[in-house]
Amino acid sequence: MIGDWIDIGPTTQISPGNARTLPVQGGEEIAIFHTLDNQFYALVNKCPHKHGPLSQGIVHGNVVTCPLHSWNISLKTGEALGDDPLERGACVPTIPIREDAGRLYLKRDALVSAKAPEAMA
Amino acid sequence: MASLRLFSVGAQNLGVPEVNAPNLVKIPEGDLRERLVVVGNGMAGCRAVEEILARDADRFAITIFGAEPRVNYNRIMLSPVLAGEKQFDDIVINTDEWYVENDITLISGDPVVAIDRAAQTVTSASGRIEAYDRLLIATGSEPFIIPVPGKDLSGVVSFRDLDDVDKMLTAAANGGHAVVIGGGLLGLEAAHGLSLRGMEVTVLHLMPTLMERQLDEAAGWLLKSELERRGQTILTGADTAEILGKDGKVTGVKLKDGREIPASIVVMAVGIRPSTALARQAGLEVERGIMVDDHMVTSDPAVMAVGECVQHRGICYGLVAPLWDMCRSLADAAVSTPSGYTGSVTSTKLKVSGIDLFSAGDFSGGADCEDIVMRDAARGVYKRVIVKNNKLVGAVLYGDTADGSWYFDLLKREEDVSDIREALIFGQAFAQGGGALADPNAAVAALSDDAEVCGCNGVTKGTVVSTIKGGACSLDAVRSQCKASASCGSCTGLVESLLKLTLGDDVKSGPKTLCKCTSFSHDDVRRLIVEKSLKAIPQVMQELTWKTPDGCASCRPALNYYLLCAWPGEYVDDQQSRFVNERMHANIQKDGTYSVVPRMWGGVTTPDELRAIADAADKYQARLIKVTGGQRIDLFGIKKEDLPAIWGDLNAAGMVSGHAYGKSLRTVKTCVGSEWCRFGTQDSTGLGIKAEQMTWGSWMPHKFKIAVSGCPRNCAEATIKDFGVICVDSGYELHVGGNGGIHVRATDLLSKVTTEQEALDVCAAFIQLYREQAWYLERTAPWIERVGLDYVKAQLFDDPEAVARLAKRFHYSQQFMQDDPWARRAAGEDSELHQHLAEFRPFPTPLSTAQLKEAAE
Repeated sequence: MIGDWIDIGPTTQISPGNARTLPVQGGEEIAIFHTLDNQFYALVNKCPHKHGPLSQGIVHGNVVTCPLHSWNISLKTGEALGDDPLERGACVPTIPIREDAGRLYLKRDALVSAKAPEAMA
Repeated sequence: MASLRLFSVGAQNLGVPEVNAPNLVKIPEGDLRERLVVVGNGMAGCRAVEEILARDADRFAITIFGAEPRVNYNRIMLSPVLAGEKQFDDIVINTDEWYVENDITLISGDPVVAIDRAAQTVTSASGRIEAYDRLLIATGSEPFIIPVPGKDLSGVVSFRDLDDVDKMLTAAANGGHAVVIGGGLLGLEAAHGLSLRGMEVTVLHLMPTLMERQLDEAAGWLLKSELERRGQTILTGADTAEILGKDGKVTGVKLKDGREIPASIVVMAVGIRPSTALARQAGLEVERGIMVDDHMVTSDPAVMAVGECVQHRGICYGLVAPLWDMCRSLADAAVSTPSGYTGSVTSTKLKVSGIDLFSAGDFSGGADCEDIVMRDAARGVYKRVIVKNNKLVGAVLYGDTADGSWYFDLLKREEDVSDIREALIFGQAFAQGGGALADPNAAVAALSDDAEVCGCNGVTKGTVVSTIKGGACSLDAVRSQCKASASCGSCTGLVESLLKLTLGDDVKSGPKTLCKCTSFSHDDVRRLIVEKSLKAIPQVMQELTWKTPDGCASCRPALNYYLLCAWPGEYVDDQQSRFVNERMHANIQKDGTYSVVPRMWGGVTTPDELRAIADAADKYQARLIKVTGGQRIDLFGIKKEDLPAIWGDLNAAGMVSGHAYGKSLRTVKTCVGSEWCRFGTQDSTGLGIKAEQMTWGSWMPHKFKIAVSGCPRNCAEATIKDFGVICVDSGYELHVGGNGGIHVRATDLLSKVTTEQEALDVCAAFIQLYREQAWYLERTAPWIERVGLDYVKAQLFDDPEAVARLAKRFHYSQQFMQDDPWARRAAGEDSELHQHLAEFRPFPTPLSTAQLKEAAE
């Protein structure tokens, strides 16, 4: 178990409605979200559209609105939620995250292997 | 020999049974039963024994060890004991007689301190050794004590057992102040009890909303308001720094922000953690809790564990209902046919008299979930149910929990709710009324004509229908003609149903609603915020019956602005409702870096300022330095983590934030005017600087630009600004509503004044009118085109006092707004917004668990 999940510190370091980032050397920067109803999610910190930093967006429900062009991204699935043909099917990888005894853990292999999709032209 | 081994449980025999260990006598003479030893005389331990006895009363010779010197009682009823609603005798589950009747040996007040798994014995604190064939660990959990200075002072108690209750009652007898740390279930129940016992109670909660594990933001807010109404002080976002004391006794609590709260007793109720020390010491497999399989058996087949001390399928439970499920499976496996425990869905009720609150399942919502929210502001009711794949997965009820058990039942049975989906939120009676009632429209149709639809304004269904028949084809028309749904809005759904029933497809949609989360327009929301004294976003959402739990990226920033405008000095800004630029006080660029613009009053600068800007550009490696259209200097490519430092450097050179990122006053463009220009008629630069010093920092519905030109040649391009001044020989022409955006619009002439002061007064008044009346994200140009220039003129000039009144309100709010955000951030405020959590460097190849252990040693 120890090798599978990476402890990234106490839950209190991310206040509800906020996100923090975790750069991965040789990999993608990860955004870790704490929603207003106290759920945690982790996604690659790049909007599938133009790679906007999702961690800087407004969080509402289980959705974040990208700060660059207001795409809505599901924190649960990483999918873009719009109906536009461009948005349909666009997705950013999510990283399994769990909370235990007030600390947050990310799934190690998913963290290391996460790759951002190509930005759209 | 035996006792030596007993006390030497160490690494050398961890988990390794000693095959040739001397076997203690297992079967006493004359008793052929297996010996079951239970560690823990609490709810789980005794319940497990009851379940076993119910299946086979003669199977085991049972001994129970308890740490507390009393019989088994119902720990979850300690809250009513504290509140004086129950006595200890009322909450005893099993009396002394029960132990005797069932031939159970109870050893209370003597906790087990060691387990020898090889010898299959336990040793108690007093040195008593008891052999077992089967061991059951039910050590429960222990309160979590936050490691702050002063935690060991006399008067700091947890809320876990009857001794804690006794300490609280003793403290309460002397009155005074109590502080409860922790706004969860337990903390609030402790606070309620102490409050009823006559103490002044302050609850400190680290998170922004109470009971955040069980409630969403809206329900948490309702709970907080109710507790405050009852006289408790609730401080959320309160981080305890230290517990203060004198002569070894507690005197108060100090928060990290410096506030001190007096207290003669401090109750720590921040959470519990599984009590696993004994199991760990015995070498059982323990993660957060003692690891058990579906039959509640630990890593040692002779040892079982149950209750809050265990971890089953990765979950530790802190509520009572799962205990019952676990105990059943345990007894099934130990005595009869194994059934297997698969985990529990939990629900919570707050045991605070007069507050009805229920929460069950997963209410986190999400993309594949459907949220159904009902807010009945007049009755103080909030309900939210979450449906996923046609099944109910979560529910939060506040104010009316009558349907809690029905929802919980639907949830546990995973029943398909698609048939009753439309009426689900109205509860069991309505949803199962069947036929016509299951369809809300049909239910409305069935109402009699004199049924009251709008409680606030006393409007009946008959009145609404005749208003609609009389030509009101939209919600807005109904609101303005008969007042139904125009106040609290909780009947909006009913009125919409009546429109649909009366007009079919001829219903006209009203003016644009603020967003899809509400049926109210911007104007209605602004008006109701003032009329109903709404002062927080969750409050607005509750009172105006928002359709989503916490809004969206459109309404959150709008509400934040409307509240800020309505209640300057009172409203606490909500950062989570601001767009990134305003949250970071810099402009986000396409590559995720930021640009920074220091204020340059009226476009005037000095060699020192230019040097400081150049130095900052070098130091923070700005990738582009550009003069903006508003006569300022923009530094591009600044990294998020460098922002506080560059602001600090620019502050040190006397410059403040230019708000080039905000829905706020941006810049005041000027020409040189009469001081230098051969055509200049007035001091346009000086007036521009005065105007900027008056207006900087003010939040607006949208960005706002000012310009002052010294003569009609208009070098400052004042006629495409939100507020423009053209200086002429006889005074100042004041222009409004200009815009150089996608649709270029030249200004309208608003008025002409003769003195600089009058120009500034009209400027302040015009800005305030715009701030109070325009919709969020509406610039002055579309606003004036929507309401008409004549309207704006009438508002400002029909009443000779109007300008002074508006200007006064503007200046009042400015005293709270003219506060450089850069300075606060540079001084360290909200520093975590700029920092990464950590950096992760993966190993080239993942190490095995054994390698990691080795590395750790």
